[in-house]
Amino acid sequence: MIVFIIRRLSQSILVLFLTSIIVFAGIYAIGNPIDILIAGDATAAEREQAIRALGLDRSLLEQYGTFIWHALQGDLGRSFVFNQPSINLILSRMPATLELAFVALALSLCLGIPLGLWAGLRPNTALDETVMTGSILGFSLPNFWQGMMLIMIFSVWLGWLPSTGRGDVGSFLGIHTSLVTWSGVTHLILPALNLALFKISLVIRLTRSGVRETMLLDFVKFARAKGLTERRIVLVHVLKNILIPIVTVVGVEFGSLIAFAIVTETIFAWPGMGKLLIDSIMRLDRPVVVAYLLVVVTMFILINFIVDILYSLLDPRIRLGDAS
Amino acid sequence: MTAVTLPRLGAETLFGRALQGLLKSPKATVAAVVFLFLLAAAIIGPWIAPQDPYDLMQISIMDAKLPPGSESLSGGIYWLGTDGQGRDMLSAMIYGLRTSLAVGVVSGVVALGVGTTLGLIAAYFGGRVDTLIMRLVDLMLGFPTILVALMLLATIGQGVGKVMFALVLVQWALFARAVRGAALVEKDKEYMEAAACLDLGKARILFGHLLPNCLPPLIVIGTLQVANAISAEATLSFLGIGLPITEPSLGLLIANGYEVLMSGQYWISVYPGLLLVLLVFSINIVGDRLREVLNPRSAK
Repeated sequence: MIVFIIRRLSQSILVLFLTSIIVFAGIYAIGNPIDILIAGDATAAEREQAIRALGLDRSLLEQYGTFIWHALQGDLGRSFVFNQPSINLILSRMPATLELAFVALALSLCLGIPLGLWAGLRPNTALDETVMTGSILGFSLPNFWQGMMLIMIFSVWLGWLPSTGRGDVGSFLGIHTSLVTWSGVTHLILPALNLALFKISLVIRLTRSGVRETMLLDFVKFARAKGLTERRIVLVHVLKNILIPIVTVVGVEFGSLIAFAIVTETIFAWPGMGKLLIDSIMRLDRPVVVAYLLVVVTMFILINFIVDILYSLLDPRIRLGDAS
Repeated sequence: MTAVTLPRLGAETLFGRALQGLLKSPKATVAAVVFLFLLAAAIIGPWIAPQDPYDLMQISIMDAKLPPGSESLSGGIYWLGTDGQGRDMLSAMIYGLRTSLAVGVVSGVVALGVGTTLGLIAAYFGGRVDTLIMRLVDLMLGFPTILVALMLLATIGQGVGKVMFALVLVQWALFARAVRGAALVEKDKEYMEAAACLDLGKARILFGHLLPNCLPPLIVIGTLQVANAISAEATLSFLGIGLPITEPSLGLLIANGYEVLMSGQYWISVYPGLLLVLLVFSINIVGDRLREVLNPRSAK
């Protein structure tokens, strides 16, 4: 176990290091942020001064060296646009993204599991067919377009829900969240639904196939023979057995929720770090883009790492370290 | 000669099985017909589109933002309305469909080629080669495709070739893993020993003998990945880091409509979106059916 952890950690550091080189070199090879950041009527001297102040006059290698040295001290550079540390910018936007992702995750479990159960218990009926075709449709609706349609229907036509922004953020047990104010909740519904639809489809499919496999097992026959009600068999015994794969898959998928939040945040102008990334790409605000990517890659490595360890705890048959 | 024709015979029955399975499901048959229709429309697009939406001589800014069914200055009818530059939406959509399909299919096929080759090599040679390739696969699959593609395009800039490169990069790993899994099972079968005894070249053993027997999972994943690639390209283009404005795909058309959605000009984004959904949905239905037919585990 310890050998596994050490090996994984050293691999992770290598991946982070490689990512930083690729991202840094690539980002710095395209576009010139000076053209955007300096007023068109700036004199040559002012230009020179700005280039020197931003450190853009030095060689790429030198800039990378400085960057890595500072990064190791927790400083990922200053945003050209906001003129504050880019890591602070990202961390200040992170709670909004995490809130959106968690609500979407909850939604996908709350809607996906019942629908999957419903379809899985009645295989090859019209209902099963409808739910399964619906889930393929859920996979097929491009996230961004489906979000636009939500805005069009619920904001523009019906006028029920606000289309953009985050609304009021309240505080509950010291956590700042929009779930505790009415305006916050109404602002959250559409983006969360938009982000969750993909995962709802996934959970439906996982649950359905899990139910179909589990219902054939001996312990279900035994429970029936024991005279348990069908309701109890499904909701207690079967559900408990199919929950393990669902929870682990969904754990891995949490990372992709954070990635897809980039799209959702752009459509709904949700002030999270994904929107910050897209804005920064458009403004060629390199330090923020680099910092975002490094932060997200770190998050992913952590998530994958935790899931791997959880696997071995949930299922003792999986021996870590023997995989290769 | 016979050594080569035998696996081909196998492949023919495989496609026969896939086709029969498709036709047995009315839903999948309809989806396949819809897809073929869209494909045909994309191929002959320039000849059936009412106008060339990117020929400035044919569009008029006076016709901008007309609702569906409006009459144009020159007397024709814009069945699906016009966009902000006065382009006929129907024509723009047919051209967009061409771009979307081309990008999706080409990157899907290239990823299939790259992934299959690497997967076969990993399975056949084993050892360090296998470890190296599979580590790369694990690394790629550990990150969501959209994030990797976004990261790459934010780094190298936008363009048709670059988008395809990004899509291939995020897709090859799935193919490699599937092929390796199937090939590991096939590797120890007798026909492989026979091929080795005949002292055939490595490339011939890999592609002439091993590959034809690993096709079922590839067909399924290939179908679904084309749908994914089309969707991913649309998303990237919508975010403004995919295709350039000179090569408008369906995603870019939708992005153009996003700005005017709030002011009620729904048709500029809704119709291209519906077309995109129809395309991706029909491919996914066919892929899902193929999985049921070709996957021995789900055969009842």
